[in-house]
Amino acid sequence: MAYKRHVDRLPIIPADAKKHNVTCHYCIVGCGYHAYTWPVNKQGGTEAAANAFGVNLAEQQPAETAAWYAPSMYNIVKQDGKDVHIVIKPDADCEVNSGLGSVRGARMGELRFSTARGSQLQRLTDPMVWRYGQMQPTSWDDALDLVARVTAAVIKEQGEDGLFVSVFDHGGSAGGYENTWGTGKFYFGSMKVKNIRIHNRPAYNSEVHATRDMGVGELNNCYEDAELADTLVSVGNNPLETQTNYFLNHWVPNLRGTSIQKKQEQLPDEPHANGRIIFVDPRRTVSVNAAEAETGKDNVMHLAINSGTDMVLFNAWLTEIADKGWVDKAFIDASTKDFDKALAANRTTVEQAAEITGLTVEQIRQSAAWIAEPKEGKRRRTMFAYEKGLIWGNDNYRTNAALVNVALATGNVGREGGGCVRMGGHQEGYVRPSDAHVGRPAAYVDKLLIEGKGGVHHIWACDHYKTTLNAHQFNMVYKKRTDIVKDAMNAVPYGDGASMVKAITDAIHAGGLFSVDVDIIPSKIGAASHVWLPAAESGEMNLTSMNGERRMRLVERYMDPPGNAKPDCLIAAGLAQHMEKVLREMGDNAYADQFKGYDWKTEEDAFMDGYNKNAGGGEHVTYERLRAMGNNGFQEPAIGFEDGKIVGTKRLYTDGKFGTKDGKATFMEAQWRGLQAPGKEEQKKNNKYLINNGRANQVWQNAFLDQESEFVMDRWPFPFIEMSPDDMTELGVKNGDLVEVFNESGSTQAMVYPTPTARKGETFMLFGFPTGVQGNVINAGTNELILPNYKQTWANIRKISDAPEGVRHLSFKSQEYMAG
Amino acid sequence: MDRCNRLVDVGRRQFLRGSAFAAATAVALPTMPAKAAPSLALVEYPSNKLANVANLKPNEPFDVTYPDGDAPGVLLKLGTKVEGGAGPDGDIVGFSTICPHKGFPLNFNADDRTLNCPGHYSRFDCEAGGQQIWGQSTANLPQYALRVDDKGDIYAEGLDELLYGRLSNVL
Repeated sequence: MAYKRHVDRLPIIPADAKKHNVTCHYCIVGCGYHAYTWPVNKQGGTEAAANAFGVNLAEQQPAETAAWYAPSMYNIVKQDGKDVHIVIKPDADCEVNSGLGSVRGARMGELRFSTARGSQLQRLTDPMVWRYGQMQPTSWDDALDLVARVTAAVIKEQGEDGLFVSVFDHGGSAGGYENTWGTGKFYFGSMKVKNIRIHNRPAYNSEVHATRDMGVGELNNCYEDAELADTLVSVGNNPLETQTNYFLNHWVPNLRGTSIQKKQEQLPDEPHANGRIIFVDPRRTVSVNAAEAETGKDNVMHLAINSGTDMVLFNAWLTEIADKGWVDKAFIDASTKDFDKALAANRTTVEQAAEITGLTVEQIRQSAAWIAEPKEGKRRRTMFAYEKGLIWGNDNYRTNAALVNVALATGNVGREGGGCVRMGGHQEGYVRPSDAHVGRPAAYVDKLLIEGKGGVHHIWACDHYKTTLNAHQFNMVYKKRTDIVKDAMNAVPYGDGASMVKAITDAIHAGGLFSVDVDIIPSKIGAASHVWLPAAESGEMNLTSMNGERRMRLVERYMDPPGNAKPDCLIAAGLAQHMEKVLREMGDNAYADQFKGYDWKTEEDAFMDGYNKNAGGGEHVTYERLRAMGNNGFQEPAIGFEDGKIVGTKRLYTDGKFGTKDGKATFMEAQWRGLQAPGKEEQKKNNKYLINNGRANQVWQNAFLDQESEFVMDRWPFPFIEMSPDDMTELGVKNGDLVEVFNESGSTQAMVYPTPTARKGETFMLFGFPTGVQGNVINAGTNELILPNYKQTWANIRKISDAPEGVRHLSFKSQEYMAG
Repeated sequence: MDRCNRLVDVGRRQFLRGSAFAAATAVALPTMPAKAAPSLALVEYPSNKLANVANLKPNEPFDVTYPDGDAPGVLLKLGTKVEGGAGPDGDIVGFSTICPHKGFPLNFNADDRTLNCPGHYSRFDCEAGGQQIWGQSTANLPQYALRVDDKGDIYAEGLDELLYGRLSNVL
C-alpha cells in the first residue's frame, strides 16, 4: 500500500502566531512562503477570530484556499530553545508562485529538524572527528583547531595548491549571499585557492561561459516575460518538474490564453494569441504533455532531436531566420557585433540539420517560423529558456553560444516577452572576491584528486559520491586516500594533538588525504571524512538569495539550528580565526594577518561585510529593508532606495547595452564537431543504451533531506530508469526489476520504469540518487573549459533481480496527465 | 497499565505531602483549576453507508461523499483484487476526489484506473492505494476504510490522510 500519514487533523494556527517571511530554499524559482510559529501548548480555534486566517475553519474551504495547510507543512521545532508548532505554507501574495506549493517546497515543514516529532534526526548537531575508529562529537574549538593545524601544515609544505576545496556557489539551502561570502572571503580573499570546484561540476567555472563571453548575462528577463511571449522555446529543460511553479504560474497562463489581457495591456500595438511552445529534448517529458493539455497539440512542437545535436538545430534556425529576412536588423546594428561573421561560420542548411538531428526539414522550418516569422508585420516575441540538457550536454560552450545567437538575431534580449535564460537549479546567491586567479580553464579538481594531488580537502555542502561524473573511480580512490589517514589517526591517542597532526601529515606524505566535510547531514562523501562541521540551513539562520529573475528576498530565521550547528559563514569565520592563531604560533605573522577581518557575530555581519559592500547595488540593501520588502523582494541589481523601498531592475539590457567592453553583444562562431568530449564516441560505440539522466519531480537535488522522507522514499526506493517496452522485452525485465547499468567507467543500479513514450535504446535515469548513483557510468571527458557532459552517456544494462519487496506496491503507470 | 498506576501514585503522594503541609500551617487549599473538557485522541469518524455491492459495476466510478456532504469521493469496483480492497472479491476501493494539492476535483480515467487533476496534472493510482503517480500533492490520495456487511452494504468508516480544505477530517 502507498505510504499514508494517518493524520486526520492538525493544530490550528492561532490569530497571534508569529509570521516569518520565507522563500523556499530549494529550487531557483524561490516561491514565497510564510512560517507561522506559536507555543507548543497553545492552539487556534475554528472560529474566525481564533485563527490566523480570520475564517470559519469549521467549514470546508474551497479550492486554492489560503486557509489550509497539508500535514507536510507542519512540524514542532525549537525556537529560542523552546518547542513551538510550525506551519510553512505558500504565500498567496507572492508574485512568483501566487500561493502554489510544489511537491518539494510544500514539504519544508515536515523536513525540519524536530526532536519532538523525530524528523530529520540525521542532521548533524555537533562537530565530529575521527576518534577511536569512528566519528565522535567534539567542541567547535577542538574541531577547528585540528582542521586549521592540518591545513596550515599542508599549505606550509605544498603551498595553497595543496588545499583542495569543493564548495557551493548558489543560493537557497546550503548557500546564499552570507555563506558564499564567508567561504569566498576565506578561500579567495585570505587565500588564493586554485584547486577549487563547485557542487555540481568538477571545476570552478561558469556553467554558461559562452553567453557571458557574448555579453549576455544568463538571467536576463523576468518571469512575467513567459506570460507575454508569443513563443516559448524550451531547450533541454523540463520546467514542470524542475521549476514547477514558474511553469504553472507563468508559462501555463500563456499557453491557456489567460495572460492575453496582460499582453494587450502591456503591448497594445500588436496582435496577440495563446502562446506557442517548442520543446527541444530527445525525451518526451511531462512538460510536453502538460503543454499539449493546455494549448492543444497544434501549438506545441516537441523536437525530439538525436541526443547531443542541439547546436546543429540552432545553427539551422539562425540560417533559416536570416535567409527569410526575419532578423531584427535594427537591433543587430545598434547593439551587437559579428553577426555576419557568425552567420557565415555557422551556416547550416535545414537539410544538413535534418540529417544530423533526426528531425524533418519541415519541423525545422516550422519551428524557425514560430520563433521569428513576423506577426502581421510586427516582430514576434520569443523567450528562450535552457537548462541542464544543454548545459550538461554535448559541446556545451558552443551550443550555448548557438542558442544565444538566435535570441540576439531576433532581438529577443532585454525586451518584453523575450529573454534568453538559464532556467536554473538552485537559487543564486553569489558574492565573493574575484576568482580570476583560478584561471581558465580552471583546474579539473576531481581528476587531480584521483591522481593523488592535494593534502587536505575542505568540502562545503557537496557530495561528489552522488553528483559528480566518473563517480565510481572518484569514490574508490577517495576512499583509499582518506583511509590511509584514518588508519594513521587510529594509531595515535586523540588527546595528543601534536602527535595527531604529525600522524596525519605523515599519512598525507604517503598518499593520504585529510577530508573535512561541512554539511547539514552525514553525506555519502562524508563517510570518508575525518572531520564533520555541522551547518545551519535556511530558516535556522537569516539568509538572502535571488531567484531566476534575480528576485532577492530575505528568509527570516524561524527556528534554531540543530544543537551546535552554525551558519556556514560563521564556520568559515571560525576557521579563519583558527588559521590566524595557528599561523601566528608557527611564527608566520604576515600570512596570519591575511586571516583577519572575520569578527562577525551574526550572519547579518557577514551580509554587511559581503553583499552590502561588494555586490552591484549592494549598498542599497540591508536586512531591515529586505524584511520590509517581504516575499516579493526586489529584482537585482538594486539601483536605489526610494519611499522606503529598494528600487530594482525588472529586466537586464533594456537599453541595448550589454556586458562587453564596448557594450555590444557579440555573436559567436559555433561549429559542429560531433560528440565533443573525449571518450564519448567510443562509449557510444561500445554500449547499447543511451543513459540520459536528470531530475524527478518529487526529489530535491541529491535527496539529502528526501532520503529521510517516507513520502519520497516510498515512491522512489531506488532511482528509476525509464525504458521503452521493447527494450524491457529484449532485456527480459518487468516493472520494478532492479537492473545493473554498466560500462567501462563503472556500474550502478536502477529500477525499471516502463515508459511507452521512450524511444528504443534511449533510457532516462534519475540523477544523483543515494540508492543508485548515475554518475558512476559517466566518463571523465569534459569540454576544454572543464564543463562536464553528464547527459550523453551510454552503457549496457542487465537484470540484477526481480522487483524487491519494497518496490512491489509501487505504481508503474504513465506519469502523463490524462483527462478523464 | 502498571506504569500508569505508578505515575498516578506518585502524583497522589506529592499531593498528600502538599496538603499535609498546608494543613499544618492552617492555610486554605487553593481552588482547583478549571477542568479541561475531555476529548478523544482520534477523530471520531461516522460509519456511513455509501452503496451496496450491487450498485457497483466494474471500472465505473460511483460518486459518493464522505465523511459528509462537502467531501466528494468515489467508490470503484476494480475487477481485480488489490491490497486494501473490500467486498467479496477484495476489489472495492473508495477515495476522496478532491486533489490534496490545491483542491481541484479529480477525474477518473477508466483506461488506466487513475484519478487525474486538471489543475496541475497530478495523477493517483486507484489500484495502488491512491499512490500519486506523478504530481504536486505532498500526500497520496486519502482512501476510505471500507466495511462490507452480509447484505453487501458498503460502509466508509475512516480516512488515512487529511482531506484538502479542512484541518479536521470531521468538521
